[in-house]
Amino acid sequence: MKVLRAGKPTYVVLALFTAGSLFPLVWTAIAASRTNTRLAQTPPPFWFGGNLGRNLSIAWTDAHMGTALLNTLVVAGTVAAGTVLLSTLAGFAFARLRFRGSKGLLALVVSTMLIPPQLSVVPLYMLIAELSWTDRLQAVVLPALVSAFGVFFMRQYLAQALPVELVEAARTDGASSLRIVWHVVFPAARPAMAVLGMLTFVMTWNDFFWPIIALTQNGSPTVQVALTGLGRGYIPDQSVIMAGALLGTLPLLLVFLVFGRQIVGGIMQGAVKG
Amino acid sequence: MSDETVLLSPASSPATGRDAGGRRQVWRSRRYRWDLRLSPYAFVAPFFLFFTAFGLFPLLYTGWAALHQVELTDPGAMTWVGLRNFTRLWDDAFFWNALRNTVTIGLLSTVPQLLIALCLAHLLNYRLRGSAFFRVAVLTPYATSVAAATLVFVLLFGRDYGMVNWALSTVGFGPVDWQNGTLASQVAVSTIVVWRWTGYNALIYLAAMQAVPGDLYESAALDGASRWQQFRHVTVPALRPTIFFTCVVSTIGATQLFGEPLLFNGGSGATGGSDHQFQTLGLYLYEQGWVNLHLGRASAIAWAMFLMLLLVAGAVRLVRGGPR
Repeated sequence: MKVLRAGKPTYVVLALFTAGSLFPLVWTAIAASRTNTRLAQTPPPFWFGGNLGRNLSIAWTDAHMGTALLNTLVVAGTVAAGTVLLSTLAGFAFARLRFRGSKGLLALVVSTMLIPPQLSVVPLYMLIAELSWTDRLQAVVLPALVSAFGVFFMRQYLAQALPVELVEAARTDGASSLRIVWHVVFPAARPAMAVLGMLTFVMTWNDFFWPIIALTQNGSPTVQVALTGLGRGYIPDQSVIMAGALLGTLPLLLVFLVFGRQIVGGIMQGAVKG
Repeated sequence: MSDETVLLSPASSPATGRDAGGRRQVWRSRRYRWDLRLSPYAFVAPFFLFFTAFGLFPLLYTGWAALHQVELTDPGAMTWVGLRNFTRLWDDAFFWNALRNTVTIGLLSTVPQLLIALCLAHLLNYRLRGSAFFRVAVLTPYATSVAAATLVFVLLFGRDYGMVNWALSTVGFGPVDWQNGTLASQVAVSTIVVWRWTGYNALIYLAAMQAVPGDLYESAALDGASRWQQFRHVTVPALRPTIFFTCVVSTIGATQLFGEPLLFNGGSGATGGSDHQFQTLGLYLYEQGWVNLHLGRASAIAWAMFLMLLLVAGAVRLVRGGPR
C-alpha cells in the first residue's frame, strides 16, 4: 500500500471538495429557513433565517411530506429486508451448491444487471394496471425485490467467506439444508447482508423513475414523488419546496452520519469484487 | 438425532427396534438425497419468481408492445401496427433532438465526473488525518436524491436570483440563462449529475488504488519519478480495468438520464425546456408514454435506447479487441 503522507495543499483541495459536496445541502437548509420573497432578491441569502418551522410544517402537511416519509420508510425497509433475504438464499445456492443449470441461471441474472429500467417500464406498467396496483405501495415494492446486483454481490461474498468444509461438516452432522442456511450461512454472510441492506435502503429511498410512474402525489406518494409534485408547481413557494427537499434528504443524511463508514466500505468492497 | 438414540432406545424390543431403525434410516437417507438435490432450486426459486415476473417478462414484452398501438387510458387493448412505431420515430425530429441531447449531456457529465473522481481518489489515497471524514463527506451527494438535488440546483441556477449568476456577476460575467440557453441548460443539468456521482466514483477508484502493490511506487520513486509521473505511469495503467468499468456504468447511467431534465424544467411538463433543449431520450420516452399516452411508441423508444447501447458496446468491443 502507498503510504505517501499528504501535504498541506492536499488538505486544502480536499477541504474544497468537501465544501463543494456539502454546500448545496447546507444551502437547502438556508433557503428552507427563509421566505419566498427573500429568495427572489439578490444577492441570495448566505445565512439562516427564522422561517424554518413554518416552512417545514407546510411541507409536512400540505405537500404530503409526512405521508411520503412514512411510505418511503415502509417501502425502503421492506425492499431492503426482502432483497437481502432473496439475494442471500440465491447467492448461497450459486456459490456453494451444485445443481443443474446453475451456471446458465447465474449468467442470465448477471446479464440483466446493466440493462436500464426504461427497457421494461411499459410492460411493467401494463402489469400493475392489470392488477389494479397503480398508486399502491406494492407496485413499487415487489418489482424492486429483483436485484441482480444483490444476488451477484452475495454470491461473490459467500464464495470467499463461507468455506466449503463448513457446509460439508454441517451436512455430515445430519443438518438439513434449511438448518445449514440458518446456522451456518446467515452467520457467515452477516457483514455482507448488512452492507447490501444499507445500500439497497439508500437506493430504494432515492428511487425515482418507477415510483413517478406508478404512484401519484395525492394517493400514496414516496418522498421522491412528493418532491416531484413540489417541483412541478404543486406549491409555488420556493422556501417551502426547499423545506420539502430538506425533509426528504435528512433521514438519509442521518443514516450516513451513523453508518457512513460502513457504506463507504461497502461501495469500495463492491468495487474491488465487481 | 444420531443413530445411537434409536439403537439404544429402551422402550422398543431389540427386534422391532432394529427394524424400525432400518426403516427410519432408509427414509432419512432418501430425505437427505431429496434435500441435496432439490434445496438449491428451493433457494433460488423465490428470487427467480420475482425475476421472471418483474424482470424478464417486462424486458421481453417491451419488444412485443412496440409493435402495437397501446394507449395509457386502456393498457389492456393492443392493436397490431407492425413497425409503424419505429418508422414514425425515424421521421420524428424530437426523437433525434433527444438522442443528440442525450449524447451531449452524457459527455458533459461523464468526462468531467470521471476525471475529477480520479484526481480526488489520488488525493484520498495519501496518508491523511481524518480520511474517514473526507470519504463520507464526498459521498454525501450520493445520499441526496435526484429530486432533492435538482430542486436545489434549479434555485442555484436561477437566471435572476440564483447563486451561480450572482457569483459570476461579482467577476463581471453574466447573467447566463441556465434554463433557456441550449448549451447553458445542458451544462447545468450535467452539473447536477457530476455533483451527485463524483464522490461515488472516487471511492471506486480509491478501492482500486489501494490494491496497487506499493513496491511499484517504490521502484518508480527509486527511478526518480515525480509524484505526477508516478500517478501517470503507475496508477493510471493499474487502474485501467476499473476506469473501463466506471466508463461503462456511467455511459449506461447517462443513457437513462431522466429525473434531472424532468425537474430542471420546473412546472412545464416533460418537454425538457421550452424548446426541448435538454430533453433526453429517457424523458422523451416518459413524455410519449405518460403525457401523450402512447405506450406503444414509448416501447419503441426503449428499444431504440437498447439498440444504442448495443452499438456502443459493439464499438467498444471493436476498439478493445474483444472482451477482457
